[in-house]
Amino acid sequence: MRAPIVRFALVSCAMLVVGAVRTHAAPPPPVEASAHDLPWDDGTAIEITWRAPESATNIAGYRVYRLLSTEEQKRALRDRRVAAADVAWKAAYESNTSASDRIELATAAATAAAERAGAEGMPDEVAVGTAAANALRYVAAPVESGRAIAFRVRSFDADGNESPAAEAGSAAATIEIFLGTRAWFFPLLIGLCAIIIGCILLARAGRPIKVRRIAGLDAIDEAVGRATEMGRPVLYIAGVQDMDNVQTVAGVTILGRVAKIAAEYDAKIEVPTARSLVMTAARDVVQTAYFEAGRHDAYNPDTIRYITDEQFGYVAYVAGRMVREKPATCIYMGQFYAESLLLSENGNAINAIQIAGTAESSQLPFFVAACDYTLIGEEFFAASAYLAGEPTQLGSLFGQDVSKLIAMVVIVAGVILSTLGGLGLSMPKAASDYLANSILAS
Amino acid sequence: MKRAVPTLIAATVGFVLVIAFFIPATQSWGETAVVWFNILAGVAFILGGGNLVKVQLETISARRKGYGYAIVTLAAFFAMLAFGLLKIGVHPQAQYPLHPWAGPHDAPSSPFGWMYEYIFSPITATMFASLAFYVASAAFRAFRAKNVEAILLLGTAFLVLVGNTAIARITDALPESLAFLRLDSIVANLMTYLSTGAWRAITIGIAIGVAATSLRVLLGIDRPYLGRT
Repeated sequence: MRAPIVRFALVSCAMLVVGAVRTHAAPPPPVEASAHDLPWDDGTAIEITWRAPESATNIAGYRVYRLLSTEEQKRALRDRRVAAADVAWKAAYESNTSASDRIELATAAATAAAERAGAEGMPDEVAVGTAAANALRYVAAPVESGRAIAFRVRSFDADGNESPAAEAGSAAATIEIFLGTRAWFFPLLIGLCAIIIGCILLARAGRPIKVRRIAGLDAIDEAVGRATEMGRPVLYIAGVQDMDNVQTVAGVTILGRVAKIAAEYDAKIEVPTARSLVMTAARDVVQTAYFEAGRHDAYNPDTIRYITDEQFGYVAYVAGRMVREKPATCIYMGQFYAESLLLSENGNAINAIQIAGTAESSQLPFFVAACDYTLIGEEFFAASAYLAGEPTQLGSLFGQDVSKLIAMVVIVAGVILSTLGGLGLSMPKAASDYLANSILAS
Repeated sequence: MKRAVPTLIAATVGFVLVIAFFIPATQSWGETAVVWFNILAGVAFILGGGNLVKVQLETISARRKGYGYAIVTLAAFFAMLAFGLLKIGVHPQAQYPLHPWAGPHDAPSSPFGWMYEYIFSPITATMFASLAFYVASAAFRAFRAKNVEAILLLGTAFLVLVGNTAIARITDALPESLAFLRLDSIVANLMTYLSTGAWRAITIGIAIGVAATSLRVLLGIDRPYLGRT
């Protein structure tokens, strides 16, 4: 009776052991791993592909490794030594504050730490990323362009056990002639520019262009006139960014139109700037506006001044200036961040007429809440052309409107395709997917 | 000539940046253009600093109202400039222990770093913190129910505000068939459909506006950098 029990117990133990061994056995490695240059990219990516091993059920994912060259191994070792020395030096330097040979002690500690770090061995590979079990592809980026880099892939199970390596070979990333990810964006941009240029040419040819009225821009005359009547200045803020920002460029351009109106009305205009380049550009623009208005004698460069690059330092100055000088009109045109509400609420407190314009969508609600007029998004970019009133400028505005009309048509088409796709029609679904994922995603 | 050359330079650089966006081999040209801009901005900073000093000195000299602030401004400006530029009190680095100037000027243990950390940062944080009061006053004004649009805005804002608080859990008692009336569901629909749709419309308009403005500048129709607009 006891023998079968013992046999049963032994068999059970053996099964448990085998089961445990099976649980912790490494999964099989992937097959047909290969590395090759990613096509139509900027030469900074290598694509590694592989196939799943036959009858593999316990694979949780794949881990991709990059083989280090001898030079890279040496560099990594050197970096490790330097980092260890740096930490040891600082610690010794800070702890021996009263010692006269403080620097020597710190140097000795750094040398010892570097030697310890150098004594450790260096691996010949480094993990660059993981892919899901069903991915079978990984894009290693960024990599050095033009240099052959070798990769290997290992599969791993849920416990983290890794398979033996599957060598993927080496590949070099090459720079292509055109970025494939932006293939659709290029014709879209060319089309948009062609529409705008076409409309400018139509306007130049004498075709009458009608644009809708923008209340905020129509109010500029009134606002500057009010400042003249009250004998108070017009405060103009061209945002807090530099001249490499398109919103600042638009803000400075609008400044020229406002300055011309101010010159004609004999109103004082003040332009505190947060960037030196903006100050120089604003001075040129305002000076030209005064010349065009025939009031070059009234131009005073000291009213256009640089304050500081620091966001809140700039706000402190402008808010203080508002409270002390009480400008009759405050105009904000450019890129704004948290300062939008700080400035416009101060302007509101002194009962100034306030006109704002920005393309920074997160700040638009604040301007809408605190200002009398707000130019929203594209109205802000249209302002300069609108105020100029020249046929060429109005032509570009008309081009903007035509482009918006085309965008609306595309949106309606996308909605129809997507709705039909949702009803189970395969062609419209494929078309809407292509529109969303390939054309618009570029 | 005086206008043609800068316009040509601006147009060339602008088109190079556009080309560099699509053709990888020319990306370094775009980077070079950006480096040139940084050099120009660096030189212009001297002009800006000079202007700051000039204006403050004029204010002090003329004893204008509030000239005490000008003194503080100049003192702070020169103190930060001296400590940062001359690296006064900077600790040496591990690699170059015998050269005190090798350390970074803005390390926390340096006087410049100390002034930045314990004087400048708190002042900046104070300014930023005052935003909370301005938000409250602006919201009070914006949400006054003056007309139909303001009432709609007020109602929507109220729903979104309440929907993001614990009070919204009260509506969890609604049966599954009326789940769309639960506050969190209403808020999610407002944010996902109405708000996102509006933002997308604004964003599309902005993108077209940016393209039109850039084109006007590149073609020389708008030339703010030359004074002529």
